[in-house]
Amino acid sequence: MNVITDEKRCVGSGQCVLAAPYIFHQRDSDGIVVLLQDTPPESQLAKAREAAILCPSAAIRIQGSPAP
Amino acid sequence: MSDQEAALLLTDRRDLRCPFAPAAELSAARDTADDLPTVQVVAGPDFTSEALAITRYADARQVLGDQRFRVGVAFDPDQPRPQASQPSFLLNQPGFLLNHNGPEHARLRRMLTGAFSVKRVQQLGPQIEQIVAGQLDELAEAGPVADLVADFALAVPSQVICALLGVPYAERAEFQKRTEDILEGRGSTPQAVDAVTDFHAYVAGIVAARRADPGESLLGSLVREHGHELSDAELIGMSILLLVAGHETTSNVIALGTLALLQEPEQLALVRDDDGVTDTGVEELLRLLSVASTVPREAVEDVTVGEHRVKAGQRVVVSLLAANWDPHLIGDASALDVRRGPVPHMTFGYGVHQCLGQQLARLELRIALPALLRRFPGLRLAVPETDLRFRVNSPVYALRALPITW
Repeated sequence: MNVITDEKRCVGSGQCVLAAPYIFHQRDSDGIVVLLQDTPPESQLAKAREAAILCPSAAIRIQGSPAP
Repeated sequence: MSDQEAALLLTDRRDLRCPFAPAAELSAARDTADDLPTVQVVAGPDFTSEALAITRYADARQVLGDQRFRVGVAFDPDQPRPQASQPSFLLNQPGFLLNHNGPEHARLRRMLTGAFSVKRVQQLGPQIEQIVAGQLDELAEAGPVADLVADFALAVPSQVICALLGVPYAERAEFQKRTEDILEGRGSTPQAVDAVTDFHAYVAGIVAARRADPGESLLGSLVREHGHELSDAELIGMSILLLVAGHETTSNVIALGTLALLQEPEQLALVRDDDGVTDTGVEELLRLLSVASTVPREAVEDVTVGEHRVKAGQRVVVSLLAANWDPHLIGDASALDVRRGPVPHMTFGYGVHQCLGQQLARLELRIALPALLRRFPGLRLAVPETDLRFRVNSPVYALRALPITW
């Protein structure tokens, strides 16, 4: 699994941090997404996917794992 | 349907028999209409305009995520800003983020996003818990019977916003009444015009005070970190936005959400008794209630939305209520299910203008709703449900009062 974020699209809503706090963080200065790990373990897949679904600016993509 | 009901904006019109559901004609516009319906939008005493109603979930996401749609039903950045004595000036207020587009919007918003990150908002948790506990004590003293709107639902977010702006809570009456007057009738009433003028002067005073002594509040930090690159007018615009957006919305989710739960005792019991349901329950209420439903945009160039052509210069109004109840989003949208899995609802909007304070709103609701239900396990309506009155002709859907007993 590969997680890709788009800082230009991100508007700092923080939904990813709530859904998957081990993968996503927000920059202190402006709340923009910071990726803590871009290849998280498969055990985190459901949470990563939830973050991608809930992101209100479509700034997260998950690669390498087919959707359930 | 009476003339008054018909005059309400289609995009936030509700079913009179079920106070949360979209009206039948709004659902029909989404599910069966071939064309995008044209509606009349009122945005102040001197401004009405035609707009196309966007009601489908997929279309709503497309419009709000597409930079070819700009904000500004009444704001034109190329025009000089009206003076404070003119009624529509709030719509041209610099710093009010919903008046800005593109790089200028991003510049202003990014000064605020850090303060509303998950981490920074969570730091407010203990303070919000204290506010909620104190307000529950007051509610217990006030009743039974008490008005949940005045005695709890408005009071909690108002205190949080006072803390963010560094304003003593004793001053809340200054802005509560005026915010209400501004929202009443979409800012088109004479009272709304007076309220806007008063409100502007009041907020200008707060900004001057933070310039002189920033202190520890959010507004104080903003002055310390970005004060040199913001004009007083921009700081006033940002503060007005925080005040208006920060308390009417959350308070109405508290009040309407309590009513929704009272109608479904099993769902209420889940929120009251199971901490694991708090987060999903709050999301479900946010979706179901969609308190701030109508979002205006204007096409900068010709855009195809779904199978419809929207021409350059044409205005649209997105109905977040219709989108959140779209069967394409969830099959049983009319059911209140506090254990529902993650739903990408649009209550906070979508795209670059989505609600800045959404994590603060979530935190307030996650603390306030379970605490209320636990403090008063016998909570119930003190009047027949048919006696309840709703504020329908407003950008924020509201209960006028919610008499409760316990």
